[in-house]
Amino acid sequence: MSGPATRADHHPQHDPHKLGRAHGGGHGGHGHTGPDTKHTIGAGEHGPASKRIIVGYGFWIFLLSDIIMFSAIFATYAVLHGATAGGPTSAQLFDLKNVAIETGCLLISSFICGLAMIAAHERNMLWTQIGLVFTGLFGFIFLVLELKEFSEMIAEGAGPQRSAFLSSFFTLVGCHGLHVTVGLLWLGTMMAQIWAKGFTQPIQRRLLCFSLFWHALDIIWVALFTIVYLLGAGQ
Amino acid sequence: MSSHEQDVFDDDLAPGDEHSQVLVGVRGYAVGLILATGLTATSFWVAATHSLWGPGVPIGLCVLAIAQMGIHLAFFLHITTGPDNTNNVLALAFGVLIVFLVVAGSLWIMANMNGNMMPMPMNQMNLQMQHG
Repeated sequence: MSGPATRADHHPQHDPHKLGRAHGGGHGGHGHTGPDTKHTIGAGEHGPASKRIIVGYGFWIFLLSDIIMFSAIFATYAVLHGATAGGPTSAQLFDLKNVAIETGCLLISSFICGLAMIAAHERNMLWTQIGLVFTGLFGFIFLVLELKEFSEMIAEGAGPQRSAFLSSFFTLVGCHGLHVTVGLLWLGTMMAQIWAKGFTQPIQRRLLCFSLFWHALDIIWVALFTIVYLLGAGQ
Repeated sequence: MSSHEQDVFDDDLAPGDEHSQVLVGVRGYAVGLILATGLTATSFWVAATHSLWGPGVPIGLCVLAIAQMGIHLAFFLHITTGPDNTNNVLALAFGVLIVFLVVAGSLWIMANMNGNMMPMPMNQMNLQMQHG
């Protein structure tokens, strides 16, 4: 419907890949003399992009930098994986059944979060809240299972101070768990805000950012369960 | 401006933006869930089974993980190759480049350093490097 092809029909000289053609261009009639008139740096041909796009893009860049931070912790873990200092190795410690349940919880949570965003797009209060409750519930189950695993390991004497391998393990998995915890707090805040203020534009933007955050955590978990648990248990 | 008008006049998309039709949107998430579940189940099976050639297992697991990340990006985060997504894809590509440099560079340098270590007494060796 809004594709660049339609635009190109009206303005064959315009670059369809150019940023920020938000307003006015399609109304025609007021003599387009090309991109040179009223050209603002970074604002494309028709003024800046809508706030939703700018906010979403900015948050996307934040998420990518967060992923880069995780990559440094992943690299630390990979380097220190063999440095067990005579303590327990990854193959002795990890319980893949528990990890499979955790993975399932996070995946379902991510899926329901997507459904809740569709409901929010439709401005349906009931289904949005139900979706967000279940998103949070599965995230919470994930967190409980992870904390249970941590406490069992520490009780066995395989705490973060045992070896460099375990320090990096607790840093990496704990950092992801911390992100999930922050996500849960954010989720609760969003539910209250939707309830109190309704589906206003700022709330919709915050929901967009939250869903991006939640899906990105699932992507990090995919790397985590593969590198830490599956590869670790096989060695 | 209503959201419908925004759909018509914006050529750019924020990452994660929803499709305007509910059923199409739900179908997208459902397809993503099924594919991701399949890949996850395959990963766990590959790690647990003994019927596969051992040295190939880590590579297979990495391929499965990268495929699943792609599924998440496409079906959950709605990153596409369309012209409305150019900026998102470029930012992602840059992020992937940095991640690759950090991880591969660290492993390479640390492996080199371990290789060039002075020989040590055995008990310290154990502290330094112990490959499982």
